[in-house]
Amino acid sequence: MFKIRKENLNDLYAKISESMGLYIPIKKAGEVNYHVWGEGKEVSLETLKTVRSPKDAFFPQTENMMKFKTEGKNIDIIDVRDEKRPFVLFGVKACDYKAIEVLDKVFLMDPVDTYYKARRDAITIVTLACSKPEESCFCSVFGIDATAPCGDVTAWLDENYLYWQANTQKGEELTGKVSALFEKGGEEEVKSQQEQTKTILAKLPFATLDLSRFKPENLNELFNAPEWESLSEACLGCGTCTFVCPTCQCFDIRDFKTRDGVLRYRCWDSCMYSDFTLMAHGNSRTTQMQRYRQRFMHKLVYYPSQNDGLYSCVGCGRCVNKCPQRLNIVKVINTLGGKKND
Amino acid sequence: MRDVEQKMIERAAALLQNGEVARVVGWKKGEFYFDPAPAVFETVDELKDFVYNGFCGANLSKYLIKVSKNEGKTAIFMKPCDSYSFNQLVKEHRVDREKIYVIAVECQGKLDIEKIKANGVTAVTNVEENGDKVTVSSLYGETVLDKADVMLGKCLTCKGKTHQAKDEDIILHEMPAPANNRFDEVAKLEAMTEDERFAFWKEQLQKCIRCNACRNVCPACSCLKCVFDNPSSGVAAKANDDRFEEQLFHVIRAFHVSGRCTDCGECSRVCPQNIPLHLLNRKFIKDIDGFYGEYQAGETAEGKTPLTSYKEEDLEVSDVFKGEGK
Repeated sequence: MFKIRKENLNDLYAKISESMGLYIPIKKAGEVNYHVWGEGKEVSLETLKTVRSPKDAFFPQTENMMKFKTEGKNIDIIDVRDEKRPFVLFGVKACDYKAIEVLDKVFLMDPVDTYYKARRDAITIVTLACSKPEESCFCSVFGIDATAPCGDVTAWLDENYLYWQANTQKGEELTGKVSALFEKGGEEEVKSQQEQTKTILAKLPFATLDLSRFKPENLNELFNAPEWESLSEACLGCGTCTFVCPTCQCFDIRDFKTRDGVLRYRCWDSCMYSDFTLMAHGNSRTTQMQRYRQRFMHKLVYYPSQNDGLYSCVGCGRCVNKCPQRLNIVKVINTLGGKKND
Repeated sequence: MRDVEQKMIERAAALLQNGEVARVVGWKKGEFYFDPAPAVFETVDELKDFVYNGFCGANLSKYLIKVSKNEGKTAIFMKPCDSYSFNQLVKEHRVDREKIYVIAVECQGKLDIEKIKANGVTAVTNVEENGDKVTVSSLYGETVLDKADVMLGKCLTCKGKTHQAKDEDIILHEMPAPANNRFDEVAKLEAMTEDERFAFWKEQLQKCIRCNACRNVCPACSCLKCVFDNPSSGVAAKANDDRFEEQLFHVIRAFHVSGRCTDCGECSRVCPQNIPLHLLNRKFIKDIDGFYGEYQAGETAEGKTPLTSYKEEDLEVSDVFKGEGK
């Protein structure tokens, strides 16, 4: 294990940036999100939750796919993909790291999404252990250890140092590039921080959420539960929960007419939207209750039924914090799953 | 506030029990003290989850568009600022006044849990309101904060404690005076150079994730289907594209609701990226005041509005363009 003093972190960022892109939580106009690092940027590793998850780095909200150029009766198809430069995604929390596994199962299964794969292959991920979880966190319910995330490199941060542990070949390569900045040590400090964090994690209000009813065999019963009506009645039909979610993966493909052809792009879509999965015959879900139900059934029942029981919620709590009307997956789990000790 | 909540539950129960109303629109308790959600109550039994506290900032008026289509009368609890939106919806024939029973409730200003957390308090388990102080309990300890520092942005520029619509009221304590400062922030923007102002909005609007929460919560955005959601409109725009958010979407929306926006502040309350969207609307309100005389949308449910009526002494378009308002 290595360590570097906090006041020298800027040198670490600069060193990484010499040969690779560096995406890291940066405060801009008051909010912290992943941005490309540059001198003078306000890095905020202490921020527990970026507003948007790091998924943008390899599944951007809007992405051009190809161009069609028409000339007379000819149509040229132009590949707009470029070579992806290797980049480092720095500061990924355990929940967000688990979310990448959820996304990989969707995008890297056959047929492979080559746009996604190109970025995914180019990333080296430096995760960052949590030391101050908050009330909306419930990653432990999904078996995630916030104090020991995986990734190519795992980092821990305390008041004085950032600690660094390479886990993979990619991680070793990155370490090799920056090792001149490091000193050895930190095992004891990391261990004591982990123990402290674990006592907080155990006390978190959502640490005891009960997922046992969310199984494929209960699909019909859950789908037909009358409680969906009251759970969803305040839903605005906005896309906040889906766009801040690290595992939401739905996208739309649209064509934009240009002067001499067509630009085909894809953009994140939201199952909360009225035109989601709109087909020629109309929409398969016509009420907000149905759209709302879809999102949670997907996370807690449909996805796990196709992925060996892996839930597509990682307990990051962003939807808990950000839903404008304070609806969220915890209310769904407690209402339909039955509260423990109830 | 507990006494107000108690009185509200009693009144809601009585109205449901004697059949005067078929449902009551209010707030329902969540997992914590600080996350109540808007809700419709149809039975006395359901009222056990009814809550009214410092975190009931959500404006309930827009829900009436849908709820009031149902049979029977609907009772709704309204804070003073919500009543402006209600009047505007009645004026625009989105809500039938006859089918609504308005219970005006007192408001001492609402709190913002994000601002509480911005003070370094995290893992919040409870919040207690004691006059002008707020006591926050968390897994890391207890913190006492000044209420004024953690109120919702919209409450810091409160435009008054008078309900503009009501059939009865539950007001047990004196409410604080209006802030009378809501154009201060606009004046700051106006004092900037064009380049500074452009840079300000560019930085703010770059954060937009195009979730549409601002539009969907807005009581003035009551179109059944927004053009930007309609694949047949030719201008549907789902992609998050900086050029669109920065230069068009939010500005188009502000134009669309100008003269109708009551300045309820919900757009900024719900923005996940905390973009001060209300400032766009407020600039229009200030300009309309300057060009056509003071006007407050939602003050009444009747009458003409400056942008939908003509008077001979109205400014010429060219004067408006040159900013030569009164």
